[in-house]
Amino acid sequence: MCRIRKWGPAALLVAPSLLAIGVFVYGFLGWNLRVSVSDWRGLRATYDYAGLDNYRRLAEDTRFIDGVQNVVVFTLVFVFGTLVFGFLLALLLERGVRGEAFFRTVFLFPMAISFIATAIIWRWLLSNASGAQETGLNRLFDSLGVGFLANDWFKSDSYWAVASVAIAAGWALVGYIMALFLAGLRGVSDDLREAARVDGASEAKAFWHVVRPMLLPVVMSAIVILAHISLKTFDLIYAMDAKSRKIETPALYMWFITFEGLNFSIGAAIATLLMVGIAAVIVPYIWYSVRSERRP
Amino acid sequence: MTTSGAPPRIRSRWWPYVATVRYIVLFALVCLFLIPVYVLVVTAMKDPAQVSPSQMWQLPDSLSLDTFADVWPVLEPGFRNSVLMAVPASIISSLLGAANGFVLAKWRFPGADVVFPLILFGMFIPYQAILIPMRELLTDWNLVGGLSGLILVHIIYGLPITTLIFRSYFVTISDELIDSAQVDGAGMIRTLAFVALPIALPAFAVSVIWQFTSAWNDFLFGLVLTSTNSWPVTVALNNIAGGQVVPFHEAMASALLASIPTLLVYILMGRFFMRGLMAGALKG
Amino acid sequence: MTSTLHRTSGRSLAALAAAAALVLASCGDDDGAEPGAGGTSPGAPTSTEFEFFSWWTGAGDSEGKQALLDLFAERHPDVEIIDATVAGGAGTNAQAVLTTRLQAGDPPDSYQRHVGAELQPDIEAELVEDLTWLYDEEGWRDVFPEDMLELATVDDRIYSVPVNIHRSNLIWYNPAVLAEAGIAAPPASWDEFLQQAATLEAAGKTPLTIGPSWTQKHLLENVLLGELGAEAYSGLWDGSTDWESTEVTDALDMFTEVLAHSNVDEAAADWQPALDPVIEGDAAYNVMGDWANTYFATAQGLAFETEYGVTTSPGTEGIFNWLSDSFTLPVGAPHRDLAVEWLRLAGSKEGQDTFNPIKGSIPARTDADTSLYTGYLEMPLTDWNDPEIELVGSLAHGVVAGGAFNTEIDSALGEFVASGDSAQFASAVKEAYEANQ
Repeated sequence: MCRIRKWGPAALLVAPSLLAIGVFVYGFLGWNLRVSVSDWRGLRATYDYAGLDNYRRLAEDTRFIDGVQNVVVFTLVFVFGTLVFGFLLALLLERGVRGEAFFRTVFLFPMAISFIATAIIWRWLLSNASGAQETGLNRLFDSLGVGFLANDWFKSDSYWAVASVAIAAGWALVGYIMALFLAGLRGVSDDLREAARVDGASEAKAFWHVVRPMLLPVVMSAIVILAHISLKTFDLIYAMDAKSRKIETPALYMWFITFEGLNFSIGAAIATLLMVGIAAVIVPYIWYSVRSERRP
Repeated sequence: MTTSGAPPRIRSRWWPYVATVRYIVLFALVCLFLIPVYVLVVTAMKDPAQVSPSQMWQLPDSLSLDTFADVWPVLEPGFRNSVLMAVPASIISSLLGAANGFVLAKWRFPGADVVFPLILFGMFIPYQAILIPMRELLTDWNLVGGLSGLILVHIIYGLPITTLIFRSYFVTISDELIDSAQVDGAGMIRTLAFVALPIALPAFAVSVIWQFTSAWNDFLFGLVLTSTNSWPVTVALNNIAGGQVVPFHEAMASALLASIPTLLVYILMGRFFMRGLMAGALKG
Repeated sequence: MTSTLHRTSGRSLAALAAAAALVLASCGDDDGAEPGAGGTSPGAPTSTEFEFFSWWTGAGDSEGKQALLDLFAERHPDVEIIDATVAGGAGTNAQAVLTTRLQAGDPPDSYQRHVGAELQPDIEAELVEDLTWLYDEEGWRDVFPEDMLELATVDDRIYSVPVNIHRSNLIWYNPAVLAEAGIAAPPASWDEFLQQAATLEAAGKTPLTIGPSWTQKHLLENVLLGELGAEAYSGLWDGSTDWESTEVTDALDMFTEVLAHSNVDEAAADWQPALDPVIEGDAAYNVMGDWANTYFATAQGLAFETEYGVTTSPGTEGIFNWLSDSFTLPVGAPHRDLAVEWLRLAGSKEGQDTFNPIKGSIPARTDADTSLYTGYLEMPLTDWNDPEIELVGSLAHGVVAGGAFNTEIDSALGEFVASGDSAQFASAVKEAYEANQ
């Protein structure tokens, strides 16, 4: 199936990109791995081999372990919450709604805003100041007579802190998931559902038996996308409360220990672990996507 | 009843109630979604004298653009830098992506099945994992401090998604079209430039918009690769509005201003923006 | 096939590089001023741009910097001044941004660093120029205090120009709040603070306000100082005081108790908003360095001693916990000629007497015009020159611990504030101290 006969020019066309990705993605990942087993501390790079020392240190580093716990909670809340709400929105919009374009626009626009701007708005909404300083949602709750809902948000002492950051992240991304589901739901042809209904199934049953299996791939995509975003998230937390340990994740710890603590090798080790975590989610996904595409 | 042209079907007698409830729920959700926007806009438009965090929810007594005028001079350099950076980065990245997508869609060379996933993988890596080497290499190349290094990395890390967008698009273009051009004796590059690219304009729009939005909204690369004069708008914004030292209304006005270009792109070209989103999920 | 591809790649690498160079050349941004050659550079500077990097933003901090920059602009009217400021009190965000720039060989023309351990990594990595020649030329060895020069000297060389002295061990208060609660004077010890805290809480006031993590470290150093005394405190940084001794863990437990009477759960995002509840009469005390004075006096327009008051933090009378801001000359400063002029100004009597009264600090020079330092500033100026006073260096502000050690203390402190486990904190810091020797 060789549509392009002369492959010389074709190779020339893709070579720069392949080379750039080869160096900037794979070359750098390897280089970072190399740094992570070095003893590089301070402003000048040193590459003396230190074995797995840095990883061993991380295994005992409570700040790192707390960060991992935070990011796990963040991911669970963010992925689950966004999925549920995204699906709900898609379901509400699915069967033709007057003004659908308007609703879609509203639910999707936060995607277009930077995480920095999102964080700046939400850090005020989620402020836990009290008394005369009280503001944000807590103030709104009080004035609506539901003051008992007021809480410490991202300054809470529990995992609620990092979970409330996930609210802001969910606000930003739920529209995306809604769009994915909407595309998925509409991919299920009405004929199929109709057929099921004609067979005597109720609307709900038709949905359950016909639509659900076809949505599974969408759910998988959504989970993978959300999970990898959540592991990477840096800007949102940095702009929300940069040095709060209550919401710090490894992505932020890497930044501080590297560029402030000048402990480059540890920073690289954190980054490598982050990469491994994301690869565990992403590689099977890409493999699955590419393979299923190849099958007719 | 419907706008999407769903086939008529027998509704249960509960349907009118369901429809009403659905609208109520939808509007409630819209209100919930717009809470941050309300705060943002209302605060930014208030007379600075009327602003205090405790008055967050109150409507302005009178509209005033003073706050925008106050923060604009501070934000303007970052704004300019972001334009200078995001426009070339998104166009160049899209052109390279078009070439890659074309070749990958129409030319099943040996190893293509391996190359494509390898390119895709670049889309998902956490940038922390390439940060240290990236800075080392770009420092050697003397590309740190100004916008040039930032443009370069946005081009390169944009390649996976732009390649994907164009590949998905070219796969849907019939092979005959390409074949006939080749039969006419057009070379590979001419076929791409004069046959494939013109019909791929929608994909080009999707790709440029997507890239523009991600470059505009990027923070980490800007933070690491630029010095104060070349800060993109996100870094400038975080610096202006990051601390609570900055008056609340100025933070809000700055955040709003910094978001305007991507919001405009989204509102004016939402259709293409959506397709970029879909491409990001790998399932075109 | 593969080999051909390789050859093609080789060629495209060159092509890519060429293309990239073209693209990038068109958006270059440096004006490419010539760095001055050699040590002393007489003659008028020829650069047209000068970039100064600091973390002074917001009410209080930025005024002094602005006054000095204005003075510089007056002397060099044709120069465009770039005020590169990274927000985040006490340089908490600035450090990381500065690191990336220094390491990338893209330094500003001059940057702010605290005198002491904080500058050490820069010196070791040879990122800052030796300024000994400037000291000799300007005769600064005779006008800066000996103790400070000693601390700033590394292998007989000096690498930065101190512009001021700040005092860390201060407790600021609202006299009206104290009067209302029937408290006669600020506490002389942390034990007394705890007693007052009960009274204040009964009166519905927050005893102590606190800000982001660095302000917690600032409080920690002053609780340690108040509980341990000057000598044992200094010993924490040279290994002569054992972090795991009972005295130290007792002092750490005191810190936990003090924090329990603060608004740490609603900690403000920076030091200025942390002072607001004190100003508004909702809280009584705040432990902060004397940059706070400018915020009270200039930004908020309050009257010293009637509307706000200050004294040495509990248990630290007769001790001066100091820090000093200094400016550097980075290796490869793009406008070195102007940077040298900037340092001359910063170290001059005129420069220091312009900067300090506004910044709310006392001059590092010993020959300053004392009449300029009125109000609050009389106290530190008198104390600094008092031979009886004991001097100790600040932890939170980089005098006694820098770089990696300080970051590791941050990590441990985050843990400690959450858990209150003083023994664990002590052993973590001890370990970090040993690892960084």
